[in-house]
Amino acid sequence: MFDVEVENITKSFGDFVAVGGLSFNVEHGEVFGLLGPNGAGKSTLIRMLTTLVPPTSGTARVGGFDVARAANDVRKVIGVIPQAMTSDLDLSAEENMSIFAKLYGIPKEKRKRTITELLESVDLIQWRDKPVKMFSGGMRRRLEIARGLVHEPKIFFLDEPTTGLDPVSRVSVWEMLTRLKKEHDLTILVTTHYMDEADKLCDRIAIVDHGKLVALDSPLKLKASIPGKNVLEVSFSNVPAGWEETVKALPDVADVKAEENIFRISSHNGPATTVAVLDAAREAGITVTSLSVQSTTLDDVFVHYTGHQLRDSLQAPDAADSPFVLARG
Amino acid sequence: MHRILAIIERDLRRFRRSPTLILVAMIMPLVQLVVLGYAFGGVIKDLHVGVVDEDHGMQAVKLKEMFEAVHANARTFDTTPYNDMGAAIKDLRDGKINAVLNIPPLFSRKVLAGFNPDIALIEDNTDQFVSATLEGTFTGMLVPYNEKPPLPHTTAGATLSVVEVYPYVPYIQYLLPGTIVLSIFVSAMIGGGIIFIDDKARGLHEGYLVTPISKLDLILGFNLAGAIKAILAGFVLITVGSLIAGIPDPLNVFRMARLMLLVVMTSLALISMMFLLMVRVSDPLVPRAIFGVLNTVLYFPSGAVYPANSFPAWMKAIAMVDPFTYAVHGFKELILKNTGLWAISFDLAFLAVFTLIMMTAATMLFKRTL
Repeated sequence: MFDVEVENITKSFGDFVAVGGLSFNVEHGEVFGLLGPNGAGKSTLIRMLTTLVPPTSGTARVGGFDVARAANDVRKVIGVIPQAMTSDLDLSAEENMSIFAKLYGIPKEKRKRTITELLESVDLIQWRDKPVKMFSGGMRRRLEIARGLVHEPKIFFLDEPTTGLDPVSRVSVWEMLTRLKKEHDLTILVTTHYMDEADKLCDRIAIVDHGKLVALDSPLKLKASIPGKNVLEVSFSNVPAGWEETVKALPDVADVKAEENIFRISSHNGPATTVAVLDAAREAGITVTSLSVQSTTLDDVFVHYTGHQLRDSLQAPDAADSPFVLARG
Repeated sequence: MHRILAIIERDLRRFRRSPTLILVAMIMPLVQLVVLGYAFGGVIKDLHVGVVDEDHGMQAVKLKEMFEAVHANARTFDTTPYNDMGAAIKDLRDGKINAVLNIPPLFSRKVLAGFNPDIALIEDNTDQFVSATLEGTFTGMLVPYNEKPPLPHTTAGATLSVVEVYPYVPYIQYLLPGTIVLSIFVSAMIGGGIIFIDDKARGLHEGYLVTPISKLDLILGFNLAGAIKAILAGFVLITVGSLIAGIPDPLNVFRMARLMLLVVMTSLALISMMFLLMVRVSDPLVPRAIFGVLNTVLYFPSGAVYPANSFPAWMKAIAMVDPFTYAVHGFKELILKNTGLWAISFDLAFLAVFTLIMMTAATMLFKRTL
């Protein structure tokens, strides 16, 4: 049995199809990444899986329960970190946790212990009684992650957990997630715009565009699946006349840019070109002082599958964007 | 149950940390009470009356002595003598004086002859309150002239003797019941309207919706949290308001208990009404936009500032379904007349039924999804 089973799920708002017939499964213990341009339908998908929005058609089972028919059973086994930061700024870290523990009906003795453990594991224990309005963005995010785990869920949903955080906070959020996943035996579904994060942390990645699944595989396989374009950066000890032409003539080389003795070689086939460059240098009696091969990144995969054009489309205004929302927690 | 309590706990903790909004809800009606109470309730004084005496007789002198007496004591008006009507009327039109009193020629002679003497009051009637005060004062002064010795074989003139059941009620006390209801309404508007929609827009409700809390628990939690804040505002107003307005024996425990029951019923009615109005709203502008309109439509037709008997039919219709009407009536009975609960049983029943209808409708419209 899979932890998440999605079968032909669809959500339309009037004529607009936000999610159009998606199907995929997530295994227990997997970190499953959902990538896609803005407005691709990721958030709608997450909202359907977390029972916030009922699907128009199709089914989804989370933790073995149908999201439409057994929504309350689903809610008991999932932890959800929405995109917006939703902790109460006026309340302390511990109070924020405590309210949610009560909403999940966790008994008093257990509540205290669980909250302390979780605050320790997200490194916020020393700030437990400080109001959240004094927290940085990263600290708030970590608190929300701890809050989402207060009822010991099996499956964890995170919608862009690191958006808007500085690089150090991003790393710490991911380190915490990785550790918590091991400690709590979690299955994680996450959306992100950071390809490097997805590449490093996700076991499998689904790329969604226009509400459809356009690719689904491990990051490595996804990168291998697109026509490769590697870049070699090579420094030579000395450069004889005509060397640039020699390099250009090597197999699979697309383009060469030279700056003194540093060459930047674009190749259709990184491994073949690397061997050819080394062989040619040895024959010419030139020493290669440094060589690096940059392989395809997930960014390339993303652009390959979702196209280059900007997705400027109109969407329903977010109520939180109103200038009348008070700056309050 | 513990889930309802969790929602209430969150709301009240937040309120304790930043009570500004609800404090505003209490202070605004108090300020209104004091300003309106003294702006409308006072006795009109220091008006200016021009007197044109074309009689110059004894009776005219007597009249003018009476004017001086009024000026020295009640200070309703002072007088300025004019020699001719033209100059007096000009000053009246220029707003230098509020009225011109004309004592016509032969006034003294007519008084003595018992031949219908009359004096004329030419007044600036753009201000009804001023002209009513002047007419009242002058009519009062002329009463002795009209007392004739009763003649045999004629019917005696009927007079009205007024018996006042309650001590004199200054306007500020008359306003207090409406002010209490207004403060409950403003906290319901802020707590159940503005903060509720802001929380929704900011995604706080999304946090609730992913937990296994039931729809009914959510609705009860939201409403009770709002009602508690409104009850608090009501409690402050019945104590502080009574002290400010000078209600006799303001802190009588039994009356306070009766008042609190009405505060609770009013809070529940207004919060549930607000909840129904906001149940499908997501734009934070909406509660702010309807705040003023709703306030006017509910407060003024309730009889809080002026008796409902004077209203046109359409306004009476609003008053009939307006929960303010019954709440204001209840508070008037309890505060101004110190009645028991039986006197307000219909008001309490109306508020209870109103709450029930609002909550049922809101529960039917409430969506437990986004």
